[in-house]
Amino acid sequence: MAGLDGTASARSEIPASLPAAPAAQLEGVRISFSGRQAKETPFIAVDSVDLTVADGEFLAIVGPTGCGKSTLLNATAGLLIPSVGRVRVFGQPLAGLNRQAGYLFQAEALFPWKTVEENVAIGLEVAGVATAEARARAMAWLKRVGLGAFGARYPHMLSGGQRKRVGLAQVLIRDPKILLMDEPFGPLDAQTRQIMGNLLLDLWSLDRKAVMFVTHDLDEAIALADRVVIMSAGPASRIIGEWRVGLARPRDIAEVRLLPEFHALHREIWSALREEVAKGYLQTEGAA
Amino acid sequence: MRFLFSRPALLLFQVLVAVVLIGIWHFGSTVRIPAGYLSAKAVYPLDPFFFSTPIAVFERTWRDFATGVIWYHLGITLLETALAFAIGAAGGVVVGFWFARRQLVAAVFDPYVKMANALPRVVLAPIFALWLGLGIWSKVALGVSLVFFIVFFNVYQGVKEVSPTVLANARMLGMSERQLLRHVYWPSALTWMFSSLHTSVGFALVGAVVGEYLGSAAGLGYRIHQAEGVFDVTGVFSGMLVLAVFVILIDAGVTLIENRLTVWRPSTSANQR
Repeated sequence: MAGLDGTASARSEIPASLPAAPAAQLEGVRISFSGRQAKETPFIAVDSVDLTVADGEFLAIVGPTGCGKSTLLNATAGLLIPSVGRVRVFGQPLAGLNRQAGYLFQAEALFPWKTVEENVAIGLEVAGVATAEARARAMAWLKRVGLGAFGARYPHMLSGGQRKRVGLAQVLIRDPKILLMDEPFGPLDAQTRQIMGNLLLDLWSLDRKAVMFVTHDLDEAIALADRVVIMSAGPASRIIGEWRVGLARPRDIAEVRLLPEFHALHREIWSALREEVAKGYLQTEGAA
Repeated sequence: MRFLFSRPALLLFQVLVAVVLIGIWHFGSTVRIPAGYLSAKAVYPLDPFFFSTPIAVFERTWRDFATGVIWYHLGITLLETALAFAIGAAGGVVVGFWFARRQLVAAVFDPYVKMANALPRVVLAPIFALWLGLGIWSKVALGVSLVFFIVFFNVYQGVKEVSPTVLANARMLGMSERQLLRHVYWPSALTWMFSSLHTSVGFALVGAVVGEYLGSAAGLGYRIHQAEGVFDVTGVFSGMLVLAVFVILIDAGVTLIENRLTVWRPSTSANQR
């Protein structure tokens, strides 16, 4: 692939002995947020989380709203420092930002003052790639996500789904070894979500990065992932279950949902998740 | 905002307002009301001594441009406005950035910034004249004292209000602190600054004209002040006319620049004026 050949150097930074180590590993992680006043008891978002993502594995994290799924991603990204426990990236303890990770955020994260092409190229430009080459590779990526004709537009001129495609290209052009995705397709309509899911699987199947995909949609999780973990309702939520998804690849998001294996797995996970969803719902309602 | 009329119709109504107002002024100042209606003598509803007449004002303005006297004064006022805007904006950007990135500095200076901004700037004019003389620099200083705070507050806000998600994304894309300044904080601050461009350019002009009015030897404010000193109402109105046209031209220029610089914004904000 033309757009991927500049990535050999990025890969060689990882010592040769490491491929055996998992891409990301959370060990006994607790993340708490201190209140505004010092005497307030700190709010514990997640507690004693042990989680491992193997290299090349697609992991989905599912849980009720407000259970701290995003918090786990932020800790893996190095944007948040765990109060207890630690994060390892390819075996090395994480210090500062996770340079191996690309992060696709739930909220709008594109630079509104840059064109679509500039948005995609910026990750290469700040890494020192010459502007002309960065722009050429950005165009290649835009074609790959189906936006070849939109390079000169500004983000506000695109639809929500198109902006997510730009976000995906922006993250993937840097060829991160770990892809963190925080309900990336949350705000999109059902059809667009399916299309985006298939696009994501297509791109992922090219070089099988480790993926941590956070969602509250169990269907989406099973259809995309190799493994699904379920989190309990917050506060102090933890991982309460883990299922392997044995569905064959390549998958089509729409078709895989019709398979009996899909239904069996869905029923099994949902019976565990249902209670937590109800709990989470009660808590958020009670707080409101 | 959606217009109720088409563009030509709108223009027609806009011109009509001017025609009606100038018509009232013209007839009020040239047609006498016969004796016995309002008072014992025949009187003008708008006494030309106090109101002049539109024709006299246009004539005077025309003569000023034809003889070229006014160009020098316009040039001085324009120069003062441009300098006041450039210096005030540069200062506002630098200090705004500094305060937004250094919370401690901002906290320490906060009461003083508020005090300085609350001060009516007119009272500073004599001080500036004392310090910097009656030349252009005292007027520039007055303009700077107005422009600085507008730009400062907007840049400060712009840097503080960068979306945390955009910021986190920029960091995850590998930006260093300097690259964050260039690619995230700077464009965001500029957006806010441009949103106040009309106000700050307007205030630069106000500073220049008020400064001239209070003591100078050149400029539009000086011309108006001179005319007032000898009860030359025609001269005052002529000066105001030139000033108004000048402001509209500058404002149109600012709109052009603004539209160029904010192409990336949704059109709702580009349309508002």
